[in-house]
Amino acid sequence: MRVKVISRSTDEFTRERSQDLQRVFRNFDPNLRPQEKAVEYVRALNAAKLEKIFARPFVGAMDGHIDAVSCMAKNPNHLKGVFSGSMDGDVRLWDLATRRTVRQFPGHQGAVRGLTVSTDGRILVSCGTDCTLRLWKVPGDTLLESDDGSGNSSQPLAVYVWKNAFWGVDHQWDGDLFATAGAQVDIWNHNRSQPVNSFEWGNDTVTSVRFNPGELNLLATSASDRSINIYDLRMSTPARKVIMRTKTNSIAWNPMEPMNFTAANDDGKCYSYDVRKLNEAKCVHKDHVSSVMDIDYSPTGREFVTGSYDRTVRIFQYNGGHSREIYHTKRMQRVFCVKFSCDASYIISGSDDTNLRLWKAKASEQLGVVLPRERKKHEYLEAVKNRYKHLAEVKRIVRHRHLPKPIYKATKQIREMTESERRRAGRRKAHSAPGSIQNEPLRTSRIIKEIE
Amino acid sequence: MVVKVENITPRKSKTATDEVISEEMDMKVKKYLRGEGANLEALKDKKLKGQLAVKEELYGKSATAAAKAEKWLMPSEGGYLEVDDEGIEKTWRIKQEAIAREVDILSSRKQYDIVLPDFGPYTLEFTPSGRYMAAAGCKGHLAIVDMKSMKLVKELQVRETVRDVVFLHNEQFFAAAQKKYPYIYNRDGTELHCLKEHGAVLKLQFLSNHFLLASINKFGQLHYQDVTTGQMVGNLRTGLGRTDVMQVNPFNGVVAVGHSGGTVSMWKPTSAAPLVKMLCHPGPVTALAFHTNGHLMATAGMERKIKIWDLRKFEVLQTLPGHCKALDFSQKGLLAAATGSFVQVFGDLSGSQNYSRYMNHSIAKGYQVKKVAFRPYEDVLGIGHSMGWSSILIPGSGEPNFDSWVANPFETSKQRREKEVRSLLDKLPPETIMLDPTKIGTVRSTRKKEQPTKEDREAEMEAAIEEAKSMPMKKKTKGRSKPSKIAKKKQEAVEKAKKPFLEQQMNEFSKKRKLTEETQLPKSLERFVRKKAVA
Repeated sequence: MRVKVISRSTDEFTRERSQDLQRVFRNFDPNLRPQEKAVEYVRALNAAKLEKIFARPFVGAMDGHIDAVSCMAKNPNHLKGVFSGSMDGDVRLWDLATRRTVRQFPGHQGAVRGLTVSTDGRILVSCGTDCTLRLWKVPGDTLLESDDGSGNSSQPLAVYVWKNAFWGVDHQWDGDLFATAGAQVDIWNHNRSQPVNSFEWGNDTVTSVRFNPGELNLLATSASDRSINIYDLRMSTPARKVIMRTKTNSIAWNPMEPMNFTAANDDGKCYSYDVRKLNEAKCVHKDHVSSVMDIDYSPTGREFVTGSYDRTVRIFQYNGGHSREIYHTKRMQRVFCVKFSCDASYIISGSDDTNLRLWKAKASEQLGVVLPRERKKHEYLEAVKNRYKHLAEVKRIVRHRHLPKPIYKATKQIREMTESERRRAGRRKAHSAPGSIQNEPLRTSRIIKEIE
Repeated sequence: MVVKVENITPRKSKTATDEVISEEMDMKVKKYLRGEGANLEALKDKKLKGQLAVKEELYGKSATAAAKAEKWLMPSEGGYLEVDDEGIEKTWRIKQEAIAREVDILSSRKQYDIVLPDFGPYTLEFTPSGRYMAAAGCKGHLAIVDMKSMKLVKELQVRETVRDVVFLHNEQFFAAAQKKYPYIYNRDGTELHCLKEHGAVLKLQFLSNHFLLASINKFGQLHYQDVTTGQMVGNLRTGLGRTDVMQVNPFNGVVAVGHSGGTVSMWKPTSAAPLVKMLCHPGPVTALAFHTNGHLMATAGMERKIKIWDLRKFEVLQTLPGHCKALDFSQKGLLAAATGSFVQVFGDLSGSQNYSRYMNHSIAKGYQVKKVAFRPYEDVLGIGHSMGWSSILIPGSGEPNFDSWVANPFETSKQRREKEVRSLLDKLPPETIMLDPTKIGTVRSTRKKEQPTKEDREAEMEAAIEEAKSMPMKKKTKGRSKPSKIAKKKQEAVEKAKKPFLEQQMNEFSKKRKLTEETQLPKSLERFVRKKAVA
């Protein structure tokens, strides 16, 4: 006879000293955990609810300008520095950590319409409706940290006066060229008071300009003739043009997939294009109920933020048709400019109410130092939520957003309009000869033509 | 030459052991995979297919990791009792005294009898970790015992009949079914609640994942009460008479009740009708137990039969002879059955769900066993009987490795408090009790009802006609059994048999005609067709 029974000595299974951690034993046998799917589902449901409870995206407002904020620029060399320009000609450098003005750059007589910082982070370029272009030296880290109030102000390195008002400026990602938008597209050098090159295609004003992050000499502009233009600095003539039904207010290139860009349109939708294939949009991002004023990609390239004339900020997936998040407050007015912070965890919006607002990119993210155990817990809950996201109850909680009444009503109205449009199109098709009317998807129907 | 042979043999044996190990690993991986993977071939969506393929790979990896952890990292091994194959020695002839001589002192201390002649018969209940035991004597004796230190935590005398006792989510609270109502006590013996709505309860069960206290009372009413909120979740009338045979299936939380008519009915709190009603025995059902994997149920009937059922097919797997008052499955699947003063343990020794005798134990003559309960995570069987309770060693009955996050026998009070909070956060709603709990989170298939084909229907009609024709005619009085009358009657019967089929045919025909009328219109005019008023 051979016999053995389970025998556990307490010493083996408990800690030796009271300072030790408790000993943990695992057994992953499914029989020990009955109804594990139901438990997981309940956890997913609770995680979705907790996410809603902890969703506090608004970090703070930055107050200082005395007119509407018209443009912003990130400092690529310094995470917490951000520049903003306002309609009264004021340019300020903000410290995001303390949410205070660190430095002012006085000089512009009219509205500042464009701000950009060179990639090495040394030179700030501002331009405005007073037909001047000003170059400033960006203060170093020490000044940003010393934080001696908003009193000190800088003198410009150079002031270039040009013959037309400027609407936007953007710096090349590497090199010392920058482009301004106005009556035409002008390419400037840091050291010269005249543009080194100019592009013109049609007579309409160019309203925004953005350099490609991958191909240094490629830039995209949008003009008030509803067109999006692609220019190559190495060529003497513009490369391509696509005309849409409504005006494009701003353009942002995807930093991770530099052949793609997204255009913020006046019809409240954003259109993602592949620059190699401009006859149809890759994706239409719709949710805004009024024109989209500004757009900026996250450094990860997986999502982008938009600010709109409907007083909201929305975050979209780079390939998602609807926004994943909407930010709004009672006091925030028309949003003119938005930026993703360089670490992809914050969003800055500038609006008509003279304030800059700082938001979290993930509304329920925990700020501060996250312990490994906490992080693991967050990851687990995220995974469970993702696993059960298709179930009705989880989906309802995750999708639900409180909307301001005007937005809610406008959304409803837009939905009704599109529905009736669809119905009418169906009838028109039914009354026409078979095959004579084709259903055109939104991706192509908003494009009038493409010119090469 | 010799060297060569020596070289070969170890390699061979090595490969053989490798094979054995890989086979064992395959078995374990299968257990952790929890069923077949999704059929990706049928998918058309390439993106989804890719995503699912990645997920399936991850599932596979985690299953292998878990299997490897089980194989190599588990701290303890299970108990066993083995005898020589060719000898006359049989496992069921081995006495408890013989086992006590062989095992270590710590284990031999787990073999004892507590004689309490005044308050018996006793019923027992262990906490899920096996650390604490509640014992309830019929004549009002309630006791909580710490099984690790063998100390009495609390003892009280309620001075009325106690029919059953259960622990709630931990050892801090327990419920006792007393003469008129069930009561909830805390560990100090303070009465916290009197659950009057339940009535005179015969049997109590606690659903630990749902925090539901289930009870069946004298009138055959099943009550479910949420112990966290106090809300009465379900009040079901079984309508099958008085019974004290009730057991919760740990796999899915379904409560099974054995009735005096021989049926076993299974209930969930959210439906008034039973989920399943199966006739298990020709006479009254005397005991009921569930295997932890949820596939096996054992029932015992008054007609001296113990039946083991496959709950996936609701079929008898095996019928064992013997009278039985109490049944219990251990964590490793041993089945204890007790009657009078005799306890028998059956084991699935071959691994093919064929239960055979494993061990026997007789307590002193004249003692009447009321309850048998395996102690979780130990090779111990607790027996509650008319003269107190006993504890015997059944090697190989308990799960050797516990999981600290599931049930920890060495739990400190801080860990207990943490676990309480965690389990409350994971409390399941009563709707999650269903026969197949793996269905949660899956897609409900929209399978259409199979329409019988034309040939099938014709064959059915033929059969009905044949049956009508071959109906024997009764011999009637005076002239009513004339051949002409009989022929007429037969004709009528045939017509009657045909009627439903013909009616169905007519219906379909008219429906088809209506459809064709509608489709004749051009699409643009369809919207002007008068719509049928909806009743």
